[in-house]
Amino acid sequence: MDPKIRTTNVDFFYGSVQALKQVTLDIREHHITALIGPSGCGKSTYLRSLNRMNETIAGTRLVGEVLLDGEDIYSDGVDVVELRKRVGMVFQQPNPFPKTIYENVIFGPRVLGETNKERLDYLAERSLKAAGLWEEVKDQLSKSGLALSGGQQQRLCIARALSVEPEVILMDEPCSALDPLSTLKIEELMQELKKEYTIVIVTHNMQQAARASEWTGFFLMGELIEYGETSELFSRPQEKKTEDYITGRFG
Amino acid sequence: MPRESYYQHLRDLQDEVLVLGSMVEKAIARSVTALRERDLDLAHRIVAEDSKIDARSEEIEERCVQLIVTQQPVAGDLRLIISIVRIVDNLERIGDHAEGIAKIAIMIGDEPSLKPLIDIPRMAEKARDMLRRSLDAFIKRDDQAAIAICEEDDIVDGLYDQVYHELLMFMLEDPKTITRATRLIWVAHNLERCADRVTNICERTVYTVTGKVDPSKTSNY
Repeated sequence: MDPKIRTTNVDFFYGSVQALKQVTLDIREHHITALIGPSGCGKSTYLRSLNRMNETIAGTRLVGEVLLDGEDIYSDGVDVVELRKRVGMVFQQPNPFPKTIYENVIFGPRVLGETNKERLDYLAERSLKAAGLWEEVKDQLSKSGLALSGGQQQRLCIARALSVEPEVILMDEPCSALDPLSTLKIEELMQELKKEYTIVIVTHNMQQAARASEWTGFFLMGELIEYGETSELFSRPQEKKTEDYITGRFG
Repeated sequence: MPRESYYQHLRDLQDEVLVLGSMVEKAIARSVTALRERDLDLAHRIVAEDSKIDARSEEIEERCVQLIVTQQPVAGDLRLIISIVRIVDNLERIGDHAEGIAKIAIMIGDEPSLKPLIDIPRMAEKARDMLRRSLDAFIKRDDQAAIAICEEDDIVDGLYDQVYHELLMFMLEDPKTITRATRLIWVAHNLERCADRVTNICERTVYTVTGKVDPSKTSNY
């Protein structure tokens, strides 16, 4: 099966500092891929390179190839807005806009020019349902998104990402600001979402990677040290560096 | 090291396995001594002391559970802890075999002996030696030594066959010996099982080191 995303020999630079070194990695469609590693290892940089989010930082440069469904997302003529519609993102801190729940969810489709009320209502309901939030908020869609709990806010952000009907969802430590129960809800939600989407998650929580993902990549100092099935990587890692990291010998 | 107290717990657990191993090894040696010397007091003590081995095994298992619950071990650490649980189970069963031999010694009591015991003490000595070295290999993570010890199980099996056929001859020649001969076959069978359990311990060493149970599929860093 062709990968949803294929990265080949990706180098990434912040000015003269090299943050990624020759990262080659295939991301499977409808699977959850976790990226782990100590702070500064390059995992978030890698994640952001998958929808060109790094370009929002001045002085950065990427060398190598990132293919989405076989097409280079860095080639000339690629519409970045369209790319980020296909490859959505959820961040560490829940960051709803200071708007109503409804307006938060349909923000993307509106920006992309959707004005049909029925279509927007449909997208709002569908996205909130997919994010596991509909039952909790369906009677209060006009309430401020900021009035929700942290876990609900994060699911609102996931709903917002889903409303533009992406193919891939990038999650950058989506649970690090959440309590354990909200964390488990997001992880459970991920299991549902992967049926329709491809998910890549960066996490500092190794138990989360072990619980929630099918594939895990371990990054260290900008390099992808090991990549494999999560169950294998956490029980029989092939690389000593992986073993040392996941058992807490360093990092 | 960021998790020093956790590593100390892992080291302590391995020390506990060695202590249990030496209790079990001693029980085998004493059970055969009790049989050979007709020392019924000793045989009764072995039976009584098996509960200490059982209690110690349960204690180690509980400590493994606690480490899993509180530390969420993964990779080599998890394999080590799972292996300790399995090894302790095998040690506990070897203790049961020693207890079984002691009970047979009690059953035999002061009946006249059928024959001088030669191969049975030999089996016991070999099984003890394998047990001692298997635990040494485990602590040293020496999977190659563990594989070599597994192969020595054939020696114990060979001795068992020898004892079995010899006692069979006694029974064929004089059916009045059947009861006494059968009891000695049970003893030999217990010792043969001890050596089998040592091979289980060796397999756990291979698993701890390589993540694979079957030595033919082993690979390492």
